[in-house]
Amino acid sequence: MTLDTQFTDQKFKLVGSRPDRPDGVDKVTGRARYGADASAPGQLVGAILRSPHAHAKIKKIDTSKAEKLKGVKAVITSADLPDLTNGNRGNYDILENCMARGRALYDGHAVAAVAAIDAETARRALSLISVDYKVLPHVTDVDAAMRSNAPIVQPHVRTAGGEPSDKPTNIAQISTFGHGDVEAGFAKADKIVEKSYKTEQTHQGYIEPHACLATVGPDGQGELWVTTQGHYTFRNLCASLLGMDIAKLKVTSSEIGGGFGGKTHVWMEPLALALSRKANRPVKLVMSREDVFRASGPTSSTSMDIKIGCTNDGRITAATATLRYQDGAFPGIWGMLGAMTAFACYDLENVQSVGYDVLVNRPKVAAYRAPSAPMAAFGVESTIDLLAAELNMDAVEFRLLNAAKEGTKASYGPTYGPIGIGPTLEAVKNHPHMHAPLGKNQGRGMACGFWFNFGGQTCTDLNIGVDGTVNMTVGTVDVGGARASLSLIAAEELGIPYEHVKCNIGDTASLGHNDTTEGSRGTFSSGMATIFAARNAIEELKSRAAKTWDIDPEEVDWVDGEAVAKGVEHSNLGPLSLAQIAKASPNTGGPIAGHSETVADGAGVSFASHICDVEVDPETGSTRVVRYTVVQDAGKAIHPDYVEGQFQGGAAQGIGWALNEEYIYGEDGRLQNPGFLDYRIPVCSDLPFIDTEILEIPNPNHPYGIRGVGETSIVPPLAAIANAVSNAAGVRMDHIPMSPPRIRKAIKAEAAMHQEVSAG
Amino acid sequence: MAGVHVSTTVNGDDVEFVCPGSESLLDVLRNRLGLTGAKEGCGTGDCGACSVTVDGQLVCACLMLGAEVEGRQVQTVEGMAQGDQLHPLQRQFIENAALQCGICTPGFLMAAKALLDRNPDPTETEIRYALAGNLCRCTGYDKIVRAVSATAKELSQEATTKGSKKR
Amino acid sequence: MLEVQLSGTLRDAANGAASINIEAATIRELLRKVVEQYPRMAEKLEAGIAVSIDGNIFRDNWGEAIPAQAEIFLLPRIPGG
Ligand code: FES
Ligand code: FES
Repeated sequence: MTLDTQFTDQKFKLVGSRPDRPDGVDKVTGRARYGADASAPGQLVGAILRSPHAHAKIKKIDTSKAEKLKGVKAVITSADLPDLTNGNRGNYDILENCMARGRALYDGHAVAAVAAIDAETARRALSLISVDYKVLPHVTDVDAAMRSNAPIVQPHVRTAGGEPSDKPTNIAQISTFGHGDVEAGFAKADKIVEKSYKTEQTHQGYIEPHACLATVGPDGQGELWVTTQGHYTFRNLCASLLGMDIAKLKVTSSEIGGGFGGKTHVWMEPLALALSRKANRPVKLVMSREDVFRASGPTSSTSMDIKIGCTNDGRITAATATLRYQDGAFPGIWGMLGAMTAFACYDLENVQSVGYDVLVNRPKVAAYRAPSAPMAAFGVESTIDLLAAELNMDAVEFRLLNAAKEGTKASYGPTYGPIGIGPTLEAVKNHPHMHAPLGKNQGRGMACGFWFNFGGQTCTDLNIGVDGTVNMTVGTVDVGGARASLSLIAAEELGIPYEHVKCNIGDTASLGHNDTTEGSRGTFSSGMATIFAARNAIEELKSRAAKTWDIDPEEVDWVDGEAVAKGVEHSNLGPLSLAQIAKASPNTGGPIAGHSETVADGAGVSFASHICDVEVDPETGSTRVVRYTVVQDAGKAIHPDYVEGQFQGGAAQGIGWALNEEYIYGEDGRLQNPGFLDYRIPVCSDLPFIDTEILEIPNPNHPYGIRGVGETSIVPPLAAIANAVSNAAGVRMDHIPMSPPRIRKAIKAEAAMHQEVSAG
Repeated sequence: MAGVHVSTTVNGDDVEFVCPGSESLLDVLRNRLGLTGAKEGCGTGDCGACSVTVDGQLVCACLMLGAEVEGRQVQTVEGMAQGDQLHPLQRQFIENAALQCGICTPGFLMAAKALLDRNPDPTETEIRYALAGNLCRCTGYDKIVRAVSATAKELSQEATTKGSKKR
Repeated sequence: MLEVQLSGTLRDAANGAASINIEAATIRELLRKVVEQYPRMAEKLEAGIAVSIDGNIFRDNWGEAIPAQAEIFLLPRIPGG
């Protein structure tokens, strides 16, 4: 049966309602099992020794004393992880990031690991490992790393997308996007604003540290229980790094205590498996919070130059961005993503963005919610506000005048279909928040944001029990209410009550491959697979009804959860409910199921516009967000509570990024604040209620019109808050986070400048 | 390794365990008593994921030693529901979608309960400050604050109806 | 004949060309012919590629039909968070 992905505008009975989530009781009673909550008989405790140096040659590792310690069952170094990557540089980088191979590349890089009978013994064993380091010069700043005399992080790297050269460099990649003639465009401009910006490195900050329980036997079979956004991807990667068969490694995703992109990558799971293989016992490995900060991927710090020109009547004629993003110690595509997303909100005739991916001695950068887009948006949206001010034009009007729409050629290339940037801006314009009075020292700012969203390989099973209840197994993880949304979709399709569906997250042995739950794809793609699986099951249900009635399956319809025989000649046949058909199934052909294996493509881009009021204390420079509103296009909100939750959570993370959070490296290249005390994420008393407005501009490529919703909400806050601070304190902040010392400094500098001007 | 023998009460049940003197209450609960409801988010007292009460006092279990609970009353999230009756806070958290990933939820429930036990009618600001020791990275706290307010309202209504019945 | 626009570092593999002309009815055929013409594209394909057909981005569905006159962009494959 061919299944159509086209949006059909069907009328919903359940989708859009707000039932209790099915995993709620487990999660409020402490019963839900997360990464660190599993244990196995005979399990050992794993621990990792990490480099105290930002960059060092490892001359020798002596593990003999640790091995002799009573209770130590295995010690591993990179020698226990032979290179099986077969020339696949990406996989080699992952292997090297899991454990240093001859060189420690950042403070916190793993160099050895142990498994012992308890935590105390494991800790003692680590202290008995002696590593002979030769400290090398290091670089942690993105601009410094680009200089020609900078210490080289990865000697093999040459610049992709740059002039061919044989000289080692830290610039791993240069990516250029855009169209038109920017020189000609700027020549036509009446006003041009050009400004440079910086943002500091932040961490996803999920409350649950990385954790896993690994078991590998001498027969080459293994199991891994792990907190992850992608257990199938973890399985494939771990199997290939360790030389195991994919089919013989079963990976189960635990409940996941937050990921935001940080749990799309393996960090220490291959080490747990290697330890278990060597010790021949299960090994539990849990990162400390300090390890999470030092050695699991944060997002890039950046440095950017933005230039935008427009005519006096407010039409942008040209825009350019040069975006320098650091990737940590391994090449990534983060600068490229910044370049792709920077100007995506606007309809531009002449645009060019250039992204640099730069290596530094910091942990490998990982995806963080709409990766790379928030920083670029900070630069662009701040510049847009500056330009609007120069024009004396309302900042929302200016954006509306230049907003991308259906048919606009996106700055990253393709032409947009129906999109939501215009509607979110209109909603902002008319929102009461925009017209509310402001208090003393308060200012209002707004900004827009864009993210792509993705689908990907997806596999869903739906099995109907003899009592008519439905057991559904999906392969994407539940990061925040997905079970509820997917159960709603299954119930909607089958025409049964929501409570009759039980949604499980399948392990890798029970379903075909599912791509990692990233790119806001959970509800989009598993939603699509669920619709297809349900429709396949309905075909089977109809054919069973036909058997019962002894008529042709073609003569059966499915209406509101019941099989109905078509036509007057069958008017004597009463409808058969799903439950009735299920009950009879043992004698009509056995179990009834629906499956779907699909590639969900066409997730559809999404846009958001945020409004923010802040109050800045001019004495201390401390800033409070006093009101915040998120307007975002969701395509279709399946369970609006959890859509709002995504909007609010993304905004809160953005607020932390804008005002407080930053990695602070010392001169010695070591991270100085690897804990929640000094890396301060927003707490409850820092924030106001976060208002949300969900727009529903259907995605034409999904039967229900769903777009991804998880990521876009983190894109506008940096810029929205910077614009608000600027309006409150009269200073333009060009460095994120806008911590009190930075704001105070800016206010003082501004005051000094005014004095000079009035004196002169 | 010499262990410390401890007799205590956890969620109303008498419990005995032996642990090294340096072991945290959190590790004892999770690894020795099988009560994994309290979570370790930091181990340094900064996140509140490990919140439990000892003699009614809200504490970070990661900052207390197992040996310190000798003869005391420990309450964890596992003891919050009465049989199959969820505590009103637990129900309101579900109804208000106050959890996304849920890792912070046990800690928030314990902290919110400690607040309502001491202040049955808190203002929004009081709720926000009482919960400021608990980190949540998913929700932006919006729906958590709403769930706690709703519970306070529900409990006070219950109290008035009960009170008026008595009269 | 489709005009296939190349973005970012993909141009490197096509000797710097911003676009190439290829006759193809599906993504699979398109990618096969791109590699035939520019063998260095194989590496890019390995690293991950996405194809935008009239503004819709496809990452995995290589069976997707390409309408005549469609606007085609080859983009690097993008991850999410
Ligand atoms: S684990 Fe105890 S406060 Fe974080
Ligand atoms: S719900 Fe995930 S940390 Fe609070």
